[in-house]
Amino acid sequence: MIDRRSLIKQSGAAIAALGAGIAAPSAGAFAAAVALPFDNGQRPLVKYPEKRPMIGVTSRPPQLETPFSAFNGKVITPNDAFFVRYHLADIPLSIDPNTFAVVIKGKVGNPLRLSLATIKKLPAVNIVAVNQCSGNSRGFFEPRVAGGQLGNGAMGNARWMGVPLKTILDMAGVQGTARQVTFNGMDGPVSERTPDFIKALDIDHARDGEVMLAYSMNGANLPFLNGFPLRLVVPGYYGTYWVKHLNEITVIDNVFDGFWMKTAYRIPDNECNCVEPGSAPKGTIPINRFKVRSFITSVADGANLKAGETVLRGIAFDGGKGIKSVALSSDGGKTWAQARLGTDLGKYSFREWLLPISLPAGAHELKVRATSNSGEVQPMEPLWNGAGYLRNVVETVRVIST
Amino acid sequence: MSMKESTVSALTLTTLLGLMIISGPGLCEATAKPVLYKLPSEVAAFKPGPNLEVVQNNCTACHSADYVQTQPRGPKFKEDFWRAEVTKMIKIYGAPIDEADVGKIVDYLAQTY
Repeated sequence: MIDRRSLIKQSGAAIAALGAGIAAPSAGAFAAAVALPFDNGQRPLVKYPEKRPMIGVTSRPPQLETPFSAFNGKVITPNDAFFVRYHLADIPLSIDPNTFAVVIKGKVGNPLRLSLATIKKLPAVNIVAVNQCSGNSRGFFEPRVAGGQLGNGAMGNARWMGVPLKTILDMAGVQGTARQVTFNGMDGPVSERTPDFIKALDIDHARDGEVMLAYSMNGANLPFLNGFPLRLVVPGYYGTYWVKHLNEITVIDNVFDGFWMKTAYRIPDNECNCVEPGSAPKGTIPINRFKVRSFITSVADGANLKAGETVLRGIAFDGGKGIKSVALSSDGGKTWAQARLGTDLGKYSFREWLLPISLPAGAHELKVRATSNSGEVQPMEPLWNGAGYLRNVVETVRVIST
Repeated sequence: MSMKESTVSALTLTTLLGLMIISGPGLCEATAKPVLYKLPSEVAAFKPGPNLEVVQNNCTACHSADYVQTQPRGPKFKEDFWRAEVTKMIKIYGAPIDEADVGKIVDYLAQTY
């Protein structure tokens, strides 16, 4: 879909020098670019410490999209390819893991200040879970909408290790009047008049045993830009809740009314969470679980294939029920065949799928459509909302077999 | 120099400096020093256009120019679109933009992007 064809133009041997003790290479030393397949989709490929060349969305604060080729054959997204999304430009650039601590306060009987070392000594859990930006694929919205103009690469799947939030809330002793828990990280606004990035979860959700304070990602420390040394992991929920550099947890006895919950990251309050293109919803609710999605990862849009047998591969995921089935069409949606599902890494993970098909010479429109265990199916036509969230239309990849 | 040797010597160096610069997995826990992250230099710039200086003075404190550069283009993304964006920056994000500058910024954005 995105840059998997020869859209990459590289200037030279620029990927070198990931040596120790590096400063970042100057961006000019890596003059490469990609073109996302929508108007004004030209993006630089940028090199940041701990990251492979990534699609540069914005530089301050940094927003990096994963080149889509990173998903081909990889059900776990490598740390160096994992997307980065900040909201506010005062991001931490120096963190001492030995003095870092998270405070738990508010409506608790026993306010806590836990060092990273203490957190790492608590019984740990592992979960494989997708993180996806609410606005992933926003650039494909039609009519177009304001916001980060992302292709499909603001998502990733990782094995997170950390401590259940429930463990920590139980240590702190949540009071009976508690209704929500808010989460704040070290990143903040440049101006004091800009609302700090603070998110909230309902108390029952916060205590479900799955929401986690993660300090490890795919067996390594969190990459700095992915929230080092501690971030919230909210399996099945859009990335806006996955607060990075998490150092402040507050139990409250009301519904949090901060900007990033009350005004931003809202979706239409109706069954499809959508409206007629160009219109406004009557009411809104906070964005929550992922809509079911699937992608073909083994073949790029516009690719040339050898006519005959080929094996299509890809990924599917949903908001936490797990993937029931994935269907493929090679005739633009007229007929469908069931793909074989790969290893189940859990209901929050990417689920691999594959399907051997035979493509005669000619042009083909490949479509992939996933169904979750709750019966949720991807729509054939895109659903629209003014913020450009929740995109999950059946994806189409056009190929030519010769 | 082999990779291993270069890693060891860099570790020694960063220890001497009393800092730890992000450079790869596994090194963070080896020291009791802050982990530093060095962002690449910012290269995105506002395109030449009317009132460019006003735009630079008002917009770049909080975000880089690529926030503007990447937005949708076309007849539906002209004055009304940019006025709404500038208003959002002031009303929602508290940008300290003088009323007198608002029109100039909107003009620049609508004419330049």
